[in-house]
Amino acid sequence: MAATATGTGTATGNTASAAASTVSKMPIAKALNQSLRKAMEDDPKVLIMGEDVGKLGGVFRITDGLQKDFGEERVIDTPLAESGIVGTAIGLALRGYRPVVEIQFDGFVFPAYDQIVTQLAKMHARALGKIRVPVVIRIPYAGGIGAVEHHSESPEALFAHVAGLKCVSPSNSSDAYWMMQQAIESDDPVIFFEPKRRYWDKSEVDTAAIPGPLHTARVARTGTDLTLAAYGPMVKTCLEAAAASQEEGKSLEVVDMRSMSPIDFDTLQKSVEKTGRLVVVHEAPVFLGTGSEVAARITERCFYHLEAPVLRVGGFHSPYPPARLEDEYLPGLDRVLDSVDRALAY
Amino acid sequence: MTVEGTAARSSATRRSGGTGKRASATRKKKTAQTAASTPAEPQLVQLLTPDGERVEHPDYAIDPTPEELRGLYRDMVLTRRFDAEATALQRQGELGLWASLLGQEAAQIGSARALNDEDYVFPTYREHGVAWCRGVDPTNLLGMFRGVNNGGWDPNSNNFHLYTIVIGSQTLHATGYAMGVMKDGADSAVIAYFGDGASSQGDVAEAFTFSAVYNAPVVFFCQNNQWAISEPAERQSRVPLYQRAAGYGFPGVRVDGNDVLACLAVTKAATERARSGQGPMLIEAFTYRMGAHTTSDDPTKYRRDEEREAWEAKDPILRLRRLLEKEKLADDTFLAAIEEESDALAKRVREAVRAMPDPDSMAIFENVYADGHALVDEERAQYAEYLASFATGPEHEGGSAAQEVK
Repeated sequence: MAATATGTGTATGNTASAAASTVSKMPIAKALNQSLRKAMEDDPKVLIMGEDVGKLGGVFRITDGLQKDFGEERVIDTPLAESGIVGTAIGLALRGYRPVVEIQFDGFVFPAYDQIVTQLAKMHARALGKIRVPVVIRIPYAGGIGAVEHHSESPEALFAHVAGLKCVSPSNSSDAYWMMQQAIESDDPVIFFEPKRRYWDKSEVDTAAIPGPLHTARVARTGTDLTLAAYGPMVKTCLEAAAASQEEGKSLEVVDMRSMSPIDFDTLQKSVEKTGRLVVVHEAPVFLGTGSEVAARITERCFYHLEAPVLRVGGFHSPYPPARLEDEYLPGLDRVLDSVDRALAY
Repeated sequence: MTVEGTAARSSATRRSGGTGKRASATRKKKTAQTAASTPAEPQLVQLLTPDGERVEHPDYAIDPTPEELRGLYRDMVLTRRFDAEATALQRQGELGLWASLLGQEAAQIGSARALNDEDYVFPTYREHGVAWCRGVDPTNLLGMFRGVNNGGWDPNSNNFHLYTIVIGSQTLHATGYAMGVMKDGADSAVIAYFGDGASSQGDVAEAFTFSAVYNAPVVFFCQNNQWAISEPAERQSRVPLYQRAAGYGFPGVRVDGNDVLACLAVTKAATERARSGQGPMLIEAFTYRMGAHTTSDDPTKYRRDEEREAWEAKDPILRLRRLLEKEKLADDTFLAAIEEESDALAKRVREAVRAMPDPDSMAIFENVYADGHALVDEERAQYAEYLASFATGPEHEGGSAAQEVK
């Protein structure tokens, strides 16, 4: 792990905390759990809903202990029906609640896609702003855990494409802690993509920090020769690529995008105006993915600064492969470095 | 399709164990046989016959005052008049589309008049009569059909949610809302409207499941109007729809959907049941879509005139009028006053629609998000700049400047 001065583990805008007791190292999973706990303490309208989120604490234990402490009225084990979960969450939001919905795995969100796209995303606009539907949909997503089919997908572009939704993904524990609370506070529906293979990665969380705005990107490592843009699970891979490049005398900047809708193009633009080169990395298929939009917009904004075309590294236009092949499919260190070399060769 | 026909068909089908083809052949025969008979089967709750006779039902009694009866009549007549006006406005090009409720007035007025102010309604896009009872200004319903908005009224002003076009989605919203009512410890009920076509949707099945396991105070009011555009109700189910409730563990009842008193009585019982913590209930209002699915539809392609004529004999307004006249509860003055009120309503609606302004161009960018969104802001600014480039001024003469702007 390439820890740098501006590396993982610090919230944007964090000033060194005087009270050391508010800072601790914890896995992303625990940061999410603590964040949900805090949100439930702060606002009695916050509810948790999903399959197995109660006694079991979710299959990844993100809601561990919450039902015990907040009761079955607020941490609700639901029938096994994703459209029903999101549809009833919308109804609860209309009644004034702030439901946080867990979809057990990325590949199981699609029964709820209709409710999310046709109802959740549009309801505020259809009412000309007179009602709000503050629903958070948590999706443990992406691969790298050797899972069976439908448990490793990265469907974020399918949601970021939909007006009315916001999409975010934390890459470290501090962001997991703060972004979750900010998503819950948001009056818009937020799809919260949790990088499941990083759940157990530990980094620092300062629970007294003042977080920056939810939909801003963060420069995770500064550099001068090329910008790597990523979010969620790929930020770590990009930081590793930057560390490896450093040894070869190349200075890579890493931007943790954090939000896929809206995308903080200003931070990306600033970085690319400095480095002149951009490689966007995500696990999702490259074709029509988040990286395609970043490439188009940054080309438009930074046309005269670019020394090379914006390159994208990501999954292939194939179904997510069986676990024994996922290392081929996922953009690992070597594939990222290959694109870095190609961009630098222009 | 009559009740009798449906029942006969399903038993015939069971006997033959049969293919759809065989079942449908059997149905035709039975329908022809029973079309003339009017007495309802025991499972159909009816309190007012097509001839305007009051009948008793062991489970559902109602004793409306003359004033209430006149009120129900007025509601139905005004709703039908409003609906006819909207259809006319579509024909005149003032509305892009209209989904008529013609024939379903009793189901809508009866069920909606059973509700308290605190109850909450989740409608489809055809609940104009329910909207009327909730006090939603009829002109508000026309915005989406004219194309100036996608709904736009404040659902919380009248506890009447926006029209939902995606079939069946709102049944889950109603269920979730009802779960919230329970959490609040409130004693109001929620009612979800849907149709025979929607009964095939997974969302409706999930709404039944969720409401049942959480014992949510929601009433599922299915207007079985026999047709989902061109598909008859038997294409949606092999059993009478109300019977589905049994599989979920809550009661289901079929009510004569053209009998406003029966719809009122049964919905009252269902909402009281919900408010008192006894959970959901399914009401199947057996009615008929007298008109087309929408103004874009042509029912002559798929159904016979005789079917409509058979249902005309069961008209919901006519039968209440017969009762009012028989009981001497409506004199010419009353009827004339309602006619006058109907015409005034139609005139008001017509004028309001014609005066309804097109939305401002920039409204596209409004209310996409509650907390704003950088991309929407950027696109709004770009589009405003683009529009401004067409502004007349000496610097823009010839139009070339406008073309250069993306």
